[in-house]
Amino acid sequence: MGSGSSTPHHFVLQKAESAFKAAVLIQRWYRRYIARLEMRRRCTWSIFQSIEYAGQQDQVKLHDFFSYLVDHFTPSSHNERSFLSCMFTEKRLLKDPEMEKYCDYESIEVPDCYTGPHLSFPLLPDHATALVEAFKQKKQLHARYVLNILHEARSHLMQLPNINRLSTGYSEEITVCGDLHGQLDDLIFIFYKNGLPSPERSYVFNGDFVDRGKDSIEILMILFAFMLVYPKEFHLNRGNHEDHIVNLRYGFTKEVMHKYKVNGKKILKMLQEVFCWLPLATLIDGKVLITHGGISDKTNLELLEKLERHKIISTMKYTKKPEKEKLVEEGRSSSPWFPLKSRSVPSSPLRLSPQKGSRSASIPCSFIPNRKEISKRVRKSVQLELEKCWQQVGFSEFKIQEELPFFPPESELDPCDLQGVDYEEWKQVADILWSDPMPQEGCKANTVRGEGCYFGPNVTEQMLQKHSLQFLIRSHECKPEGYEFCHNRKVLTIFSASNYYEVGSNRGAYVKLGRDLIPHIVQYQANKATHTLTMRQRISRVEESALRALREKLFAHSSSLLGAFKSYDLDGTNFITLSDWSAAVESVLHLGLPWRVLRPQLVTHTTNNMLEYTSWLDDLAKEQLSHENIQSSLLEVLYRNRSNLETIFRIIDSDHSGLISFDEFRQIWKLFSSHMNIDISDESICDLARSIDFNKDGNIDINEFLEAFRLVEQSYLEDKDLELKNSETSHSSCSSHGIH
Amino acid sequence: MRLQEIQKKIKDAFEVFDHESNDTVDVREIGTIIRSLGCCPSEGELHDLIAEDLLSQVSSRMVEEEEPTGYIRLEKFLPMMVKVLLERRYRPIPEDLLLQAFEVLDSAKEGFLTKEELVKYMTEEGEPFTQEEMEEMLSAALDPETNTIQYRDYLAMMVIDEN
Repeated sequence: MGSGSSTPHHFVLQKAESAFKAAVLIQRWYRRYIARLEMRRRCTWSIFQSIEYAGQQDQVKLHDFFSYLVDHFTPSSHNERSFLSCMFTEKRLLKDPEMEKYCDYESIEVPDCYTGPHLSFPLLPDHATALVEAFKQKKQLHARYVLNILHEARSHLMQLPNINRLSTGYSEEITVCGDLHGQLDDLIFIFYKNGLPSPERSYVFNGDFVDRGKDSIEILMILFAFMLVYPKEFHLNRGNHEDHIVNLRYGFTKEVMHKYKVNGKKILKMLQEVFCWLPLATLIDGKVLITHGGISDKTNLELLEKLERHKIISTMKYTKKPEKEKLVEEGRSSSPWFPLKSRSVPSSPLRLSPQKGSRSASIPCSFIPNRKEISKRVRKSVQLELEKCWQQVGFSEFKIQEELPFFPPESELDPCDLQGVDYEEWKQVADILWSDPMPQEGCKANTVRGEGCYFGPNVTEQMLQKHSLQFLIRSHECKPEGYEFCHNRKVLTIFSASNYYEVGSNRGAYVKLGRDLIPHIVQYQANKATHTLTMRQRISRVEESALRALREKLFAHSSSLLGAFKSYDLDGTNFITLSDWSAAVESVLHLGLPWRVLRPQLVTHTTNNMLEYTSWLDDLAKEQLSHENIQSSLLEVLYRNRSNLETIFRIIDSDHSGLISFDEFRQIWKLFSSHMNIDISDESICDLARSIDFNKDGNIDINEFLEAFRLVEQSYLEDKDLELKNSETSHSSCSSHGIH
Repeated sequence: MRLQEIQKKIKDAFEVFDHESNDTVDVREIGTIIRSLGCCPSEGELHDLIAEDLLSQVSSRMVEEEEPTGYIRLEKFLPMMVKVLLERRYRPIPEDLLLQAFEVLDSAKEGFLTKEELVKYMTEEGEPFTQEEMEEMLSAALDPETNTIQYRDYLAMMVIDEN
C-alpha cells in the first residue's frame, strides 16, 4: 500500500493508455488522408473514362453526320457523286492477283544502309526473337518485310475457323493477354516476365493491339511473327480496333503513314485484308470462351462459326439506323456536332438497289422536314422512293441504266450491304467486339460506345449454360488493377496496357490457365518510375493529367458555359454560387462527373463562396492560349473540333498522302456549308481554297485545312453575332451569347 | 439553401462509389465516402455509425470484429450524413494534437521514431493497421537512410499536401 509502490504501476497504465490513444489518433488521421486520396483517384478515373467515351461517341456522331450529309446533299455532277461514293467506300481487292499486284513487296528493295532486322521466309523462331530485340533498340522494320509478314499472316489466318479451339491437354498452360494498344513496353514486359512464346508456352492475345500507343505496327509485327512461327501455340482474336475506320481516328493510320512515308498506303491497304481474317473468338477446352468485348443476349455461337468473317471489314456503322434516331428523339442530350438544320435540300443521290431489301434508310428523297419523316420513309418500298426522286428531279422516266457507271455495286453506304453480309451476322460480330458487362440484369444497347450491348449477369448465365461453359474472358475496358471479375466471377476482364491514361494510372495484367482452368492473374506496371513513387505521388500525377484534359474540354466550351452561367446570374452581378457552377458545367459538358467533388481542383478563387465566372473563364483561356498563337475567340471552336476535323481530313485524304487536292477540298466545303447554313458560292470556295494553300503547292495539308475551317467559322459566328446584336436592341432580355 | 448545398455535396460523393447507378454503395466504401466529406471518425465510430443508423440495410451478421457486408442505400445515408455534417461531428484533428500524439509515442524524446517503433505501435496498438496500410505509410514517412520517421517533417509535408 502507499503511493510509492502503486505509482510506477499507475504510471505504466497511464502511459499505456496514452500510447493507445495516440495510436488511435494517428491511425484515424491517416485513414482519412487515404480516403481522400482514394476519392481523388476515383474521380480522376471517371474523368478519363468519360472523356474517352465522349471521344468514341464523337466518332459515331461524325459518321452519322457524314451519312446524313451524303444522304441529303445532291451532287450536281457525276464527278461529285463518284467523289462521295469514293469517300465512303474503298474498293475491296477481293481477287488475289489484284492484291498481289497492289501490295506487292517483292519489288521493294531493301537498301544497304538499312540497319534494321532482315527477315527471310518461311520465318524461324530466331527471326521472331530478333524482331523483339530490334524493336527494343528502337529499330524500324523495313516496309518490304512488313508487307511480307502481312501476306504470310493473311494466308495463315485464312485457314483458321471463326472460333479457335484450344486445349490445355496439348499445351499445359495458356496465357491470355488483353488490350495492348500500341504499348510495346508492356508486350516486352509480358514476354520478359512470362517467357517468350514456344511450343511449351501458349498465348492468346485478345484484340486491340493497335491505336493510341506509339508502337502499334511493331506490336503487330511481333504478334504476327510468333503466330507464323508457332501456329499451334500462338493465337490472336480480333478487337474493335482492328478496323481501318477506327484506326483513322485513334492513331494507327497516322503512325503507319508517319513511319512508312513511301509504302504506308500499301501497308494500310494490306492491313485491312489481314484484320478481317482475324478469328472472332477462342474457346479453351470447350469451357472458357474468350472474346474481345463480350456477348449479347442474341449471341449465337453456331451462327458465329458459320458466317464469313472476312466480309466484315469494319464494324463501325456508316448510316443512322431508325432505332438510333429513336434514341436521339428520346431526348438523350447529345448535341449534334454540326447543327442539323431541317431546311429543304435538293434531292439526294440515287441508290440503285431495287432488288435489295428495304433497308432504305439511306434513300431519303426530296425535302426532309424532320427525322420522323425519315423513319417513315424507311418503311416504304425502294421502288416507290426511286420513282419519287426521279420525278422531283425532273426526269420523266427511269434512267437507271445511265447511272450505273457512277455507282459500282460496292458504293452502297449500308455496311451490311456493302460487305455482302446480312445484318444479323454483322450484328453478331459487332456484339462480340464492342459489348461491355453491366451489373444490372438484362441486355440493352451500348449507347456510350455506339456499338454492341451492355450485358447483365443473366445473359452471361444463359450463355454459359447453353454452351456448357465455365466462364468468359474478355478485354475492351481499362481497369485500375489490370483485371476485374464480375457477374459472380463468371466474367473476367483482362487488360494488358498499363499506365493507359497516364503514367501511374493503372496496372496491366495477364491471366494463366492450367488444366484445372483456374485463372491465375499476374499484374504489372511497365514503368520503373512508378515503383518509386508513393501512392500520393502517383495519384497526384495522374490527377494532374486528368485535370488538364478536363480544363481543355471546359475551355473548348467557353461560350456555352458563359451562356449557362449567365442564366444563373439573373441580376447581372457577374457572380454565381458554387452550386450553380456545378449545375451549369454539367448541363454543358454532359460528362456525368461529380463536379462538386472536383470543384476545389477546378475553381480556386472564390469570394464568400461565390465565383466570378468571367474571370474564371478568362483564366482558363489564358492557360490554353499560352500554347498557341491564335485569336482566343475562335480557339475554342477549333479545340472542340480539332480531333473531329483531323479525322475528316484523313477520311477525305483517301490515298493517305497527308494532302488533299483543291477539288477534294471544294467538295467537302460544299457539304459542310450546306449544313452549317452558310451560303458560299462555288467561286468563293475556290478562292478560299486558293488562299488557304499558304505554300502555294497546289495542295492543302492538315494545318491549312484547320485554318480554313477557322476562317469560315469566324464569318459564320460574326454573322450570328450581328444577328444577336440586332435582336438585342429590340428585346431587353439577354440570350446566350456568341463570341465577342 | 445551405442544407441543399450539403445534400448535393453528399450525393455527389456517394455517386462516385455507386457503381450500378442504383443509389447504393457497398458498405465497405462508406468509410471512404464519409471521410472524403471532411469527417475524421475512428474505425470504432464508423462501425457504430453504420450499425446504429443503417443496420436495417446491412446484413445482420454485424458481430464484433467481423467485416460488415451488404449495401447502404442513399435514402438512408443522406439524412444521417446531413446530421453528421450539421452537428460537425468527427472533426479533423488539428496539427498540434497530431504532433503531440507522435511525441507520446516517441518515448526517448529524440524527435524521431524508429521504423520498428512505428510499426509496432501502428500494427499492435489502437485500431491496428493492415499490412498494406503500414507499408503505404512507411513508403512516404520513412527516411530510408536513417530508417527513422522524422515525424515533424512528415507531418509538415502531409499538411501541405492536404491543402
